[in-house]
Amino acid sequence: MISANLSAIFYLVSGVLFILALRGLSSPETSRQGNFFGILGMIIAITVTFLSTDNFSTGFIFVLIFILVGGSIGAFIAYRIPMTAMPELVAGFHSLVGLSAVFVAISAFLNPEAFNLGVPGNIKLGSLIEMSIGAAVGAVTFSGSVIAFLKLQGIMSGSPITFKGQHPLNAIILVSIVVLIYLLCSSQSSNLFWILLAVSFLIGFLLIIPIGGADMPVVISMLNSYSGWAAAGIGFTLENTALIITGALVGSSGAILSYIMCKGMNRSFFNVILGGFGATEDTASNSSKEQRPVKSGNADDAAFLMKNASSVIIVPGYGMAVAQAQHALREMVDTLKKNDIKVSYAIHPVAGRMPGHMNVLLAEANVPYDEVFELEEINNDFANADVAFVIGANDVTNPVAKTDPQSPIYGMPVLDVEKCKSVLFVKRSLSPGYAGIDNDLFYKENTLMLFADAKKMTEDITKNL
Amino acid sequence: MEIDPLIFRLSIFILSIFVGYYVVWSVTPSLHTPLMSVTNAISSVIIVGAIIAGLSGNSESVFNTSSIFGFLAISLAAVNIFGGFLVTQRMLAMYKKKKKDK
Repeated sequence: MISANLSAIFYLVSGVLFILALRGLSSPETSRQGNFFGILGMIIAITVTFLSTDNFSTGFIFVLIFILVGGSIGAFIAYRIPMTAMPELVAGFHSLVGLSAVFVAISAFLNPEAFNLGVPGNIKLGSLIEMSIGAAVGAVTFSGSVIAFLKLQGIMSGSPITFKGQHPLNAIILVSIVVLIYLLCSSQSSNLFWILLAVSFLIGFLLIIPIGGADMPVVISMLNSYSGWAAAGIGFTLENTALIITGALVGSSGAILSYIMCKGMNRSFFNVILGGFGATEDTASNSSKEQRPVKSGNADDAAFLMKNASSVIIVPGYGMAVAQAQHALREMVDTLKKNDIKVSYAIHPVAGRMPGHMNVLLAEANVPYDEVFELEEINNDFANADVAFVIGANDVTNPVAKTDPQSPIYGMPVLDVEKCKSVLFVKRSLSPGYAGIDNDLFYKENTLMLFADAKKMTEDITKNL
Repeated sequence: MEIDPLIFRLSIFILSIFVGYYVVWSVTPSLHTPLMSVTNAISSVIIVGAIIAGLSGNSESVFNTSSIFGFLAISLAAVNIFGGFLVTQRMLAMYKKKKKDK
């Protein structure tokens, strides 16, 4: 057994290693080293926990068994998961962090002696407050992530679920959580503790159901943040620096990502959280539906246009992930490059279902990361490019965001695709995107619509090049 | 009068939020997905609490209600630790620079 002071120092070390793990992600070159620091930090934290208990009973063996069981399941999932399913995976993992925070809190509540927090029925006030906050946030993270997972997986419809009185109900529940924590801390009643957990699970569920599929990047980031705050809450209870530091890091990381995602859609955080976007708007735009002429073409026309171009910009979106077209796309680009055509990729901040989703898919298809650009880096290049190849993206290219103040997406930063000499738009039909509004780009003089499955069309173009 | 240790923990917490703020802003947007999976993995350091809970039983009975919740939490957190770090590793291995013979 090592002294409490020594173990506290080791926990600090592992906290610092976690900071370095995130720091490493500032560039792809240092990122692998960063991940190594993260693993090292985790090993130190777990080892120190073992060394600081003097209880090497049979329980110790069970701890190892459970680590091995969980670890093998985790490793199995990590190796098998396709990259297109990363949003679901991350949502699923968030739910596990939330649930384990809840379990640790329950355990501490039932047996506070093991954590030096007092005795049942007379837990130290500060610890009880921290514990109940950690448990409540953990429960919200769990049920919210489960809903996000079901929506992303397609088990539950991605369309927002709204009902009358939804917001007042949520507000009442949130207030009741605060009241319950207050009552729990003054009465130490275990019944109140269970009610608090039940209500927290309920609110996590209610908060996520009104949020639509394409707002998932914000939701996932937000739940990421929650899982951090839950960990920090438990960290205060356990007086553990590694947990407090990590909780704060993860909490602020998720918050920043939510902010970036909201900015990418020009919507406020509350607008996203209150939900219902995309469900209410489409009635307005459908009423003024008029048939406008579009030019449509086939793979042959597309190949001809691209063969005669000197530079091509590719704009991938969620549709590319759905069609699993990233490998076919890379092959097409390889053929283009053989013909001395300059190719780059333009990624909108909210393309896909989670932050950076498109980048991972392109990396999986062996696209070098220095050919992939963010919106601000590449937006001026569209005017000089010959062909823009839009594959699976829609709202993020809609020029209406710049021209029509009435539009629900007005003010959202969009890729200036229409400035290209010609635009190739791969899409299955003319149906509007998530925002429920028509894309003006379809009807532009220089747009050629390619109505087909993204993967099939890309393969056909490659054959024709 | 002595300062409550809670204040020290609170200071660590607040300062870490600031560290997190600056570190995360420096993360390149193309690595935002690995950022989420790695934050996922490190937040599972909650396993230290789960281990203490799991070891709370005495030598006669390893399992009591409290330690069972601890063991459950251990396995959940372990899924996340192994899954999170490995999937991050897998993703990061895919990020390659342009080859010289372009």
